[in-house]
Amino acid sequence: MPVTDVQPDIDNLTLTIIADFAAPVERIWQVYADPRQLEKVWGPPTYPATVVEHDLTPGGRVTYVMTGPEGDKHAGYWLVTAVDEPTGFAFDDGFADEDFKPLSDLPVSRNTYRFDAHDGGTRATYVSTYETAEGLQQVLDMGVVEGATLSINQIDSLVA
Amino acid sequence: MTESEDRADALFHALADRTRRDILRRVLAGEHSVSALAEKYEMSFAAVQKHVAVLEKAGLITKRRNGREQLASGDVEAVRSVRSMLTELEQIWRGRITRIDALIASDFDQED
Repeated sequence: MPVTDVQPDIDNLTLTIIADFAAPVERIWQVYADPRQLEKVWGPPTYPATVVEHDLTPGGRVTYVMTGPEGDKHAGYWLVTAVDEPTGFAFDDGFADEDFKPLSDLPVSRNTYRFDAHDGGTRATYVSTYETAEGLQQVLDMGVVEGATLSINQIDSLVA
Repeated sequence: MTESEDRADALFHALADRTRRDILRRVLAGEHSVSALAEKYEMSFAAVQKHVAVLEKAGLITKRRNGREQLASGDVEAVRSVRSMLTELEQIWRGRITRIDALIASDFDQED
């Protein structure tokens, strides 16, 4: 399993995921630098992503649309804030309307991705931060969810 | 034993309705007045009030009065709800990482 550590920081609404990949840093960078590869990994299988604009440079934008099972479209954008090829980049991730205009009343997450050489492969560190618990909840309510639902998680913690 | 089984019945009954799950998600993120909640749904105030009552009976939410308003909040500790939200977010990440792994593995298939 490539995910080696998960650190939720409840006070700062930050989730840090560490994953080890059996490929060099440049290969992992390429996944993000190539829009055709990025769209294979970004949206869940039931919400495949189409990357429309792709400018992975500081100040650049990446825009994408995820298409749901009912044909429903969910557009989003990255505003790239820092790039250090091939070891990482940072961006703000938000929701957009169908013309990729940012929806300012919806939450934006701050993200930092880092790729370091480790044991002949790559250790990736993904940090994702939300401003508020309400913002995080709103994102989860908007159909980005795959897998477990909040209610099931609540039952787990209630019966534990 | 019976008591905990009853509790489980009440919990699952309360969570078996999508409006109630949605109400619960909202009140776990912060206190909401029942009238503010009612505005979110295409059903009568009385119907929303009934859903709130079911959740309250199951012990999932608590209500308090503030003047003429009824305020509902999630009874599970806020920390737990945030933890659950982060857990849910983790599922998205795990999915992405699994797909990156599959993408990398397909490089090797092509070389063969």
